[in-house]
Amino acid sequence: MSQATVSVPKLSPPPPEGAAVVALHNVAVGFDGPPVIENVSFSVAPGETRILLGPAGVGKSVLLKLILGLLRPLEGSVELFGEDISHMPEEKLFSLRARAGMVFQEGALFDSLTVRDNVAYQLVQEGVRDEEIDARVHDALGFVGLEQTFDFYPSSLSGGMRRRVAIARALINQPELILYDSPTGGLDPVTCETIIELIVKQRDVRATPSLLVTHRLQDAFTLCTYRYSSEQGRMIPLPEGQINRNTTFLMLEEGHLIFDGSLHELTHSTNAFVREFLE
Amino acid sequence: MAIQTIERTAKQVVLTVQEYSLFSWRAFMNLFRPPIYWTDFLTQSDIVGVGSLPIVILSGFFTGGVLSLQSSATLSEFGATAVTGQFVSLTMIRELGAVLTGIMVSGRNASSMASELGSMVVTEQIDAMRALGVDPMRKLVTPRIFATITMLLLLTIVADAFGIMGGAAVTVVLNHQNGTQYFNNAYEHLTYSDIIQGLIKPLVFGYIIASIGCFYGMRTTGGTEGVGRSTISAVVNSSVLIIFVDFLITHILLSLLPS
Repeated sequence: MSQATVSVPKLSPPPPEGAAVVALHNVAVGFDGPPVIENVSFSVAPGETRILLGPAGVGKSVLLKLILGLLRPLEGSVELFGEDISHMPEEKLFSLRARAGMVFQEGALFDSLTVRDNVAYQLVQEGVRDEEIDARVHDALGFVGLEQTFDFYPSSLSGGMRRRVAIARALINQPELILYDSPTGGLDPVTCETIIELIVKQRDVRATPSLLVTHRLQDAFTLCTYRYSSEQGRMIPLPEGQINRNTTFLMLEEGHLIFDGSLHELTHSTNAFVREFLE
Repeated sequence: MAIQTIERTAKQVVLTVQEYSLFSWRAFMNLFRPPIYWTDFLTQSDIVGVGSLPIVILSGFFTGGVLSLQSSATLSEFGATAVTGQFVSLTMIRELGAVLTGIMVSGRNASSMASELGSMVVTEQIDAMRALGVDPMRKLVTPRIFATITMLLLLTIVADAFGIMGGAAVTVVLNHQNGTQYFNNAYEHLTYSDIIQGLIKPLVFGYIIASIGCFYGMRTTGGTEGVGRSTISAVVNSSVLIIFVDFLITHILLSLLPS
């Protein structure tokens, strides 16, 4: 975990000013039993990438679903693109959700549709012409390096390829916010790096605000210490001692938010759980 | 302890009925509000209608044949085998055509709807659809309900026709009676109230099959085992409800439209 020693943030610009893209205020969520999330508050600013850390089963994915209104809070409020969605009727939520992209834990591709139809799903529903759809699907698949899978079905793809198709599907409509739910979970190191590179590329090329859920520290530190080089067409490490200040951290422990801050603050946290997680 | 169990079960039943009522009301109202997914409607019509045609034809034909066999044995005691055609046609058109088709389509399509939607729920495909800004109720549920109502009506007419033909085949080939007499008798005693009864029922049964299949599919929990449970619940509940509602409709229509 050598990246954990990177400690002096400088040079990269701070998150742009403006209303938060996502804001949670004292949110609690529960399913029949005691709350699984309690008193959680944080926000995602325009251009900001937030990494939600925590061990499995602490409610990280629940928070992502809450942000898109796929789940409703028991208490508190959730704002998406400046609108309170806590009690918004489902019919009104669809137009807001269409402005965001979400990459699900296992990809959640529609298994009866081809890769083309999966990636184009939103465009087809919007009635976009077939020629334009094909061109945009080729672009999106090119972005994730999977143009050759255009006519394939999800069942014929590997786990990593499915995640990359899911990323292409989430990005095709130029979302104003991207939510990544454990995009590298259960994948081999090489595929993990490919996917993290795509996330870094999206962050640095399009400056899309995002919230990434993971329990893999190495992914989180890579996001902070690398940038995408358009000239070289790959991600490259930032100079020694420099980190991306638009990328900050949140940490959950048993449904409570116990950390909200930069990489520097994370690595210097005195919280026992944070220390244990980092070690 | 026993009272608590009964109380919990009763609450669960009431809650399920409440959820089903809200679900089916929302799905029904979507029939009249855009966007309506016509492509999905046609796809589902093909799956439910064309796909069920062979089993409906076979079950209708042999049910008509059995009716003819059984009735002619009894009617011969009274020297009334000539009314076999009337017996078969009235039974098929008023009752068995709709109920048998409903039960067959329920076994075939309520189960497939519950398992298909259930699999989509447990693999987060439904959440993905919602996250992409598409309403699964409009995209998945409403076309299935609309298609099943339409197709069950047509399938019932097919089952009635083949049931009457099955009865005719038995009457002519096995009972060595006159075919013209059979068809004349079958036709002359039919009234509009019989046909109305026979055609109202599949509309209701179609709604029951698709709404229950989709309802159990969409509320699936517990992984692949949960999909199995949803499928069983969908088939059992839709079949029982079809028979129960058949009784209610028959009772109401007999008082409204006496023969």
